Amino acid sequence: MKEGYEVIYKRPKTLTDKRMHYCPGCFHSTMHKILMEIVEEKGIQDKTVGICPVGCSVFAYEYLDVDMQEAAHGRAAAVATAVKRMLPDRYVFSYQGDGDLAAIGTAETIHACNRGEKFTFIFINNGIYGMTGGQMAPTTLEGQKTTTSPYGRNAALLGQPLKMAEMVSQLAGVAYSVRVTCNTPANTRKAKKALQKAFEIQEQGLGTTFVEVASNCPSGWKCTPVESLDWLKNSVYPYFPLGVFKDVTAVKKEV
Amino acid sequence: MGEIKFMKGNEALAEAAIRSGLQGYFGYPITPQSEVVEYLAMEEPNHNYVLIQAESEVASVNMVYGGAAAGARVMTTTSSPGFSLMQEGVSYIACAELPCLFANVVRGGPGLGTIQASQGDYFQAVKGGGHGDYHLIVLAPNSVQEMVDFCVLGFDLADKYRTPVMLLSDGATGQMMEKVVLPKPKEYKPDKPWATTGKTPGRERNIITSLYIQSEDMEAKNKTLQAKYKEITENEIRYEGYHLDDADVVITAFGLMSRVCKKTVDLAREEGIKMGLIRPITLWPFPSGAISKLADREALKFFISVEMNAGQMVEDVRLAVSGKKPVHFYGRQGGIVPTPDEVLGAAKEYLK
Repeated sequence: MKEGYEVIYKRPKTLTDKRMHYCPGCFHSTMHKILMEIVEEKGIQDKTVGICPVGCSVFAYEYLDVDMQEAAHGRAAAVATAVKRMLPDRYVFSYQGDGDLAAIGTAETIHACNRGEKFTFIFINNGIYGMTGGQMAPTTLEGQKTTTSPYGRNAALLGQPLKMAEMVSQLAGVAYSVRVTCNTPANTRKAKKALQKAFEIQEQGLGTTFVEVASNCPSGWKCTPVESLDWLKNSVYPYFPLGVFKDVTAVKKEV
Repeated sequence: MGEIKFMKGNEALAEAAIRSGLQGYFGYPITPQSEVVEYLAMEEPNHNYVLIQAESEVASVNMVYGGAAAGARVMTTTSSPGFSLMQEGVSYIACAELPCLFANVVRGGPGLGTIQASQGDYFQAVKGGGHGDYHLIVLAPNSVQEMVDFCVLGFDLADKYRTPVMLLSDGATGQMMEKVVLPKPKEYKPDKPWATTGKTPGRERNIITSLYIQSEDMEAKNKTLQAKYKEITENEIRYEGYHLDDADVVITAFGLMSRVCKKTVDLAREEGIKMGLIRPITLWPFPSGAISKLADREALKFFISVEMNAGQMVEDVRLAVSGKKPVHFYGRQGGIVPTPDEVLGAAKEYLK
């Protein structure tokens, strides 16, 4: 390091050297990085077990330098449940997309949350099936065009997008439920804080922690990364508001 | 001599699992096997295992995946429709080479079927069931005692070969009560350096997966699996013979049906018919060699496979016999157990 210089930005050592396959502009790589920063900063690489889903992050274990399991489509919550129960002193997270967590795996998601399984859900919600080429997801917005809703999602026939962070916040087993994003450095810092909090609550064994990320998909949305940020701001955040939906550690203020 | 008890098959299986050092059970109620999870729930305070009544069989089998991958001795039990639901997970477990125990206390099908005993899931158990090229080691108990013995054996075989093992039982064996000798409780000390327990300093991260996206990698994985299956076939075939020495009529039967057919052999012998029985204990790997050898005997007139289904194991018997002798079939479905006399009558038809 040259004299007078200091390192203000680096890769966490808990990420492998493997080049990521994610599309340019996708939030997956940002989320991988902040997740692994937390693992490095907390010094818990030897106590962390991750579960990856079927979807764009199916290869997450190529990049995250911790013990990992690859689950069947939708079943990461069931897999994570067993891992955490067998190894209660480890930090366990599932890393899932919207098709995985909110369509085929809805039952596993809801029941793990309701039992209060003490692991952390990291839910990357980009409103589309990215890996399979841009089909409609349970979180696709009304009117949004995808390869299987080429005329736009018809809410009269298909319902409104599922708001998972709000839904699971209603369950007694959930200790922490938030929706964050990483469209700006400030929001990325907030997302990291939320993840840190989730890991702390997991450490304290207070219940299920659920971090939803309002994410993007430039390839699936057929736009540039910059345009995807506009779509997030103008269409996604209004329907999927950012914020804390439940936090059992929050100090209750006297009214 | 171990402890002697009078127990139901399903309860004996649960007790045997506890005594084998069970660390995790994940299951969903379904008749006629619900006593397994009920027994484990009752006994839970006295032991250290994790017990989860899951939201579905789909969740159960994936909990088995997670628990086994975390290095624990884990199992699930179910009955026919439940095992159908589990098939995706079973395929993943086989590919990820995770040791665990399944028990299918079979009821009559197809569909919702009946809750009575059946052997209609033979194909599903030995021919795959889920997608891709894989096998389970399949053990077929024919008594409450064997529900215990094969549970202990099944867990050990699972660890030895890093492979899922299945008990293919039936509703009658699960429900009936018999005298049983229980083994001494065993402390389970797993040696599983591959398990995902946290990447400790000095080792690479452990990854449990069934994803091999490159064709060459997927073929290499298949070759590894096939080599393991070959080793299992060489070492683990189990069967039982009854009055085979001079038999010129041989019954093939497994599980509950093999017990009925022992009586058939006795009845036949009283009438001067030289009947014998070969009972595959491992349905996979199948005792093809032993059956083939019998087929080479000049005096042997025919085989008759007797099953509580529409004719499933008979196909493997025919493959083993390879056209050297006639192979007949007699079976009942819908939960009906053929009687010894009925089987004898069926066999006599071919002696006319």
